[in-house]
Amino acid sequence: MEAKTGTWTEKKGLAQMLKGGVIMDVVNAEQAKIAEEAGACAVMALERVPADIRADGGVARMSDPDMILKIMEAVSIPVMAKCRIGHFVEAQILESIGVDYIDESEVLTPADEEHHILKHNFKVPFVCGCRNIGEALRRIGEGAAMIRTKGEAGTGDVVEAVRHARSVIGSIRALQVMNDEELMTFAKNNGAPYELVKEVKTLGRMPVVNFAAGGVATPADAALMMQLGVDGVFVGSGIFKSGDPAKRAAAIVKSVTHYQDAAILAEVSKNLGEAMVGRNAAHMPEGEKLAVRGW
Amino acid sequence: MKIGVLALQGDFAEHISMLKKIGAETVEVRLPKHLDGLDGLIMPGGESTTIGKLAVAYGLMEPLREFGKIHAVWGTCAGAIFLSKDIGRNQPLLGLMDIKVQRNAFGRQVDSFETDLEIEELMKATGTEHPYHAVFIRAPIIESVSGSAKALSVLEDGRIVAAQQGHLLATSFHPELTSDTRFHEYFISLASES
Repeated sequence: MEAKTGTWTEKKGLAQMLKGGVIMDVVNAEQAKIAEEAGACAVMALERVPADIRADGGVARMSDPDMILKIMEAVSIPVMAKCRIGHFVEAQILESIGVDYIDESEVLTPADEEHHILKHNFKVPFVCGCRNIGEALRRIGEGAAMIRTKGEAGTGDVVEAVRHARSVIGSIRALQVMNDEELMTFAKNNGAPYELVKEVKTLGRMPVVNFAAGGVATPADAALMMQLGVDGVFVGSGIFKSGDPAKRAAAIVKSVTHYQDAAILAEVSKNLGEAMVGRNAAHMPEGEKLAVRGW
Repeated sequence: MKIGVLALQGDFAEHISMLKKIGAETVEVRLPKHLDGLDGLIMPGGESTTIGKLAVAYGLMEPLREFGKIHAVWGTCAGAIFLSKDIGRNQPLLGLMDIKVQRNAFGRQVDSFETDLEIEELMKATGTEHPYHAVFIRAPIIESVSGSAKALSVLEDGRIVAAQQGHLLATSFHPELTSDTRFHEYFISLASES
């Protein structure tokens, strides 16, 4: 038979290889090497980490392809890159330079306030953010092969990540005890595709890999998300905005593997230096929240 | 039959669910003590650099080498890299199998592919005749086999994608991402012989 590329199995499959791992934001080849050396299972190449995007203001766009290519040359692990919500041409560009995964991300300024990218049109797989199961299943319906709960990027405050992960995982649990006639009502109330709602009930989990993102700053934060039931963790500003990035990165990698072992978590949490300063996300004005972007 | 799955990083849960389907008892292996009492070990797909670093950090390298001397071990993708002797770059390897492996040999994710393979040994062992549907993801190839290692499956262009050396098994592709349990059954037969 002919070899087939860009299939749904291939797209979902790469995310399955990332499970139990940490995906780290990096802004240049040097940081990418530090991340790989620390044990990151993939890196997210972007020009500014979310904390700086917040501080700088203005329009945040796809990164310079040349900068992404330099990171792809520097490391052997998968490289992801972000495009704006709805900006399918940025996605076409990222696909053409060969990134391994595209993050259609609320961290960048949205290009379309009604539509997300129809991700089934691409060979490269996509990851998208969500705050609840309806948003997650809408993105999967459009072709996202991996989901991450949004949290609140660039804050170093894990509260929103916990809120979103609990919402998604709680809904999956609730579906398990619903009878079949309740599923259409669930689909309607959550704005979720009916077929995917049925699939979640059958599987007892999300049909694609689900990571946590947005506010993870310590090994304990990462292990908290794992114990809540996510498959792995994205760490953005939390590593390279801290006092000792290499050490903190390695500690977070270990905490995701040994997330149920409190003695190991204590060991890796020692002497990590300054964590990123952080901003209290629960008291942030709605207008400053990135997680509300996406529809 | 009690089979461990190395659970440092990667798709270990997928292997566990395949093993459960064919009636094996399973254990997640993160520390050396988790190897006690196992009849065999699967090392999953994932990132080989991540898995190698965590194995070094938690003192698993020597215990895994000792385990592999007497028990069946199977590596899929990253696990196959970890089993090998040589990958032409510097990262932690168990060196249990006499195979030379090249990482990301087919390119990046957009080049990842699915295809059917005729694997005689597997069809013979499981008494089946249909080809094996293999899923390759940023996959390595086995550049060469030496010593008592032999190729189990090759692509049409002759590149090796599965190899066996006694009770040790390496595949470039991911049987755990399919619903075909033949490779897992084959591995269980190796584990019961060793």
